[in-house]
Amino acid sequence: MSTVTDHAHHEDDHHHHAPSGIKRWLFTTNHKDIGTLYLWFAFIMFLTGGAMAMVIRAELFQPGLQIVDPHFFNQMTTVHGLIMVFGAVMPAFTGLANWLVPMMIGAPDMALPRMNNWSFWILPFAFTILLASLFMEGGGPAFGWTFYAPLSTTYSGDTTALFVFSVHIMGISSIMGAINVIVTIFNMRAPGMTWMKMPLFVWTWLITAFLLIAVMPVLAGVVTMVLTDKFFGTSFFDAAGGGDPVMFQHIFWFFGHPEVYIMILPAFGIISAIVPTFSRKKLFGYASMVYATTSIALLSFIVWAHHMFTTGMPVAAELFFMLATMLISVPTGVKVFNWVATMWRGSLTFEVPMLFALAFIVLFTIGGLSGLMLAIVPVDFQYHDTYFVVAHFHYVLVTGAIFSIMAAVYYWLPKWTGKMFDITLAKWHFWCSLISVNVLFFPMHFIGLAGMPRRIPDYALQFADFNKWISIGGFAFGLSQLLFLWLLIKACRKEGEPVSDQVWEGAEGLEWEIPSPAPYHTFETPPVIK
Amino acid sequence: MAQQEYERYYVPDQSPWPIVGAVALFLIAFGAGNFVVESTSDKDGFGGWTLLAGLATLLVMLVGWFRNQIHESMSGMYSAQLGRSYRQGMAWFIFSEVMFFAAFFGALFYARVISVPWLAGEGNNAMTNEVLWNGFEAAWPLLVQPMDALAGGEASTKMMPWTGLPLINTALLLVSSVTLHYAHVGLEQGKRSKLIGLLGLTIVLGSIFVVLQGMEYVHAYRDLDLTLDSGVYGNTFFLLTGFHGMHVTLGTIILIVLFLRCLKGHFTPDNHFAFQAGSWYWHFVDVVWVLLFFFVYIL
Ligand code: HEM
Ligand SMILES: [Cu+2]
Repeated sequence: MSTVTDHAHHEDDHHHHAPSGIKRWLFTTNHKDIGTLYLWFAFIMFLTGGAMAMVIRAELFQPGLQIVDPHFFNQMTTVHGLIMVFGAVMPAFTGLANWLVPMMIGAPDMALPRMNNWSFWILPFAFTILLASLFMEGGGPAFGWTFYAPLSTTYSGDTTALFVFSVHIMGISSIMGAINVIVTIFNMRAPGMTWMKMPLFVWTWLITAFLLIAVMPVLAGVVTMVLTDKFFGTSFFDAAGGGDPVMFQHIFWFFGHPEVYIMILPAFGIISAIVPTFSRKKLFGYASMVYATTSIALLSFIVWAHHMFTTGMPVAAELFFMLATMLISVPTGVKVFNWVATMWRGSLTFEVPMLFALAFIVLFTIGGLSGLMLAIVPVDFQYHDTYFVVAHFHYVLVTGAIFSIMAAVYYWLPKWTGKMFDITLAKWHFWCSLISVNVLFFPMHFIGLAGMPRRIPDYALQFADFNKWISIGGFAFGLSQLLFLWLLIKACRKEGEPVSDQVWEGAEGLEWEIPSPAPYHTFETPPVIK
Repeated sequence: MAQQEYERYYVPDQSPWPIVGAVALFLIAFGAGNFVVESTSDKDGFGGWTLLAGLATLLVMLVGWFRNQIHESMSGMYSAQLGRSYRQGMAWFIFSEVMFFAAFFGALFYARVISVPWLAGEGNNAMTNEVLWNGFEAAWPLLVQPMDALAGGEASTKMMPWTGLPLINTALLLVSSVTLHYAHVGLEQGKRSKLIGLLGLTIVLGSIFVVLQGMEYVHAYRDLDLTLDSGVYGNTFFLLTGFHGMHVTLGTIILIVLFLRCLKGHFTPDNHFAFQAGSWYWHFVDVVWVLLFFFVYIL
């Protein structure tokens, strides 16, 4: 291996093909390899977390305790949430950033390639620890993905310590990944790639990375306090020592709310790439998109207590957080408006990425609207901790974040593999997912409004019918994802028709100007951007 | 490198160190997770050993990775652009550290401004005080905790004064920031003895700080009954000063490594990222201490 790339014979010295074997993946510093690792890891986690959701829905298929005992049920809801947030959605976006950001800004790789390797490889270990705790004495974490004190302190099991340290590793991974993205964008743009020429995916990721660096350490702080409260006798979250369990919620949600935007801003970037392509028009309101993203990110720091309206905050605080929360819907609305305006009078075609993008726009908006309902304090008094909240966040996260990830995979997959994926299978995947996801999550609004609490293994009889349908939708959605798995395996085995460099008629941007499949190294000398 | 900007990129080659580091973090986390339980209960196991193995692996990784890095840097492989990436990466890392401390400062402010007064009945919390924590009065430092109030109102801990050791420590750290700054100036001017002398002095100051901090802890535990479980006052005190102390220790180790590298003549007036990063880190740790001294000790 040539370590010293002497600049004189730099060109011929550099391996243009990938090194082979397991070492390629273990030692890699290549942004495309690392992106692939992230994406596959995220998908495996998605299936793992999905399997847990199947357990949850099987238990809730009928009222009464049916299959699992309540403690195990709680472990399933907790670990499902943790895995989907930290193991599926976030790594998938980081994987996309790895693949795409360098190609979009004309950089040869990420700015800090070895750290990039490290930030990926610690993730599987973190989840190994988390999953292993499920099989240990006392079981895994069972206090909800939000691990509220005192559930996670006074009333939790010994494996809480493993939970804490695995969250630390996930945090370290995200922070390193985010630093890499920020530095890449600041420092590696090709000449001429000015700020306001950057694709929106790059913009949204830049701001996401900033949010990550700002709030992941706060998460690390709060898990540390949980650890000391539980094992070392501190009383941060215990009134007997002058602390307050509500303080946990403040610190947690100071992380938690920006976190939900971390999981949606890159999605906005993806949709802003796909919609113009298949509308064959420039994105409507590029600059306003950038400003909207920035203001969403800034506002996301001052709305956290909308998760805590029922904790007995002073009325002034309730009002403040209600109004600030509602304010966020303005820039969010701007975005939806711009996507629709982009399609207006465009020559639309409905390739698979576009199908997912359209579903995103409609269904994410439903989630945004239910969010708006939840933001109204007196209304939230009734909806809080019911299935209405579960409906809300699954609309924004599954039909929002996850659909955008699927849209992105379908959109860029041909560029990665050089082959068109199996379109028929993809359409099956889309329609099955679309229908089942709504059967799964839409009725949750109704049972939530009717008062069914979240995070319980049993429920009152009047909710039985809806729950049956929800479970059926859930199983169908789960099975539909196996179609996706099959499609991806076929794609990785390079089956399919070769595609052109541009892949999609109407696609614009640097990544569509390089060959398909994208060569192992791109832009070793920077392109010039006009 | 006299190389035109953007003319050529430097892309580092494959490296085994990150994966070694990943294994190290795994062992540390898994070991620590078990060790915490084993050391606070009567269970036994090999958590401690796993943790130690992890730390050892981490050490090996750090040495290996840095040696590799230093070697590449010394053989002139790095471009100015990569230097900028390192600097920016370090700056963002420090920002993340700022936010980590912010969480604990946040807890301190919340306890002082909100939870303690509320438990004492402020605002609309009269019944909380009356029914749950009767007799509890708000005070900071919180020497009589709500549970002490119920048990008769005796203070269970004493206050850590800001005079004495903390004041000396403040002076030490402030001076150390100045000496490090002038060491850096010496490096930029190419004045070797100034660099080495002042850097050495900084290390001495930092080490004294750590020792004094340790003595303060002993004093707190032995004489003041101020411990990790003396309520939010003790909690915020120990976690803030404790994490800060860990950072000073780490910073001192970094400075020692830099010192050895200076002896070997690794840095040049215009190529010394590692020195720059180490000194940023030290100044950051210093600023945290000033805040800490003000909010934890004095106020
Ligand atoms: C228009 C924008 C939005 C508004 C006004 C909004 C408002 C809210 C409110 C008030 C709650 C608390 C409900 C309760 O617990 O009683 C909530 C919960 C939640 N929201 Fe949103 N939201 C919005 C967008 C989003 C987005 C974009 C995401 C993620 C991509 C998201 C993810 C979540 C999650 C995960 C929860 C539940 C957390 C939990 O308790 O487990 N929201 N939202
Ligand atoms: Cu929120």
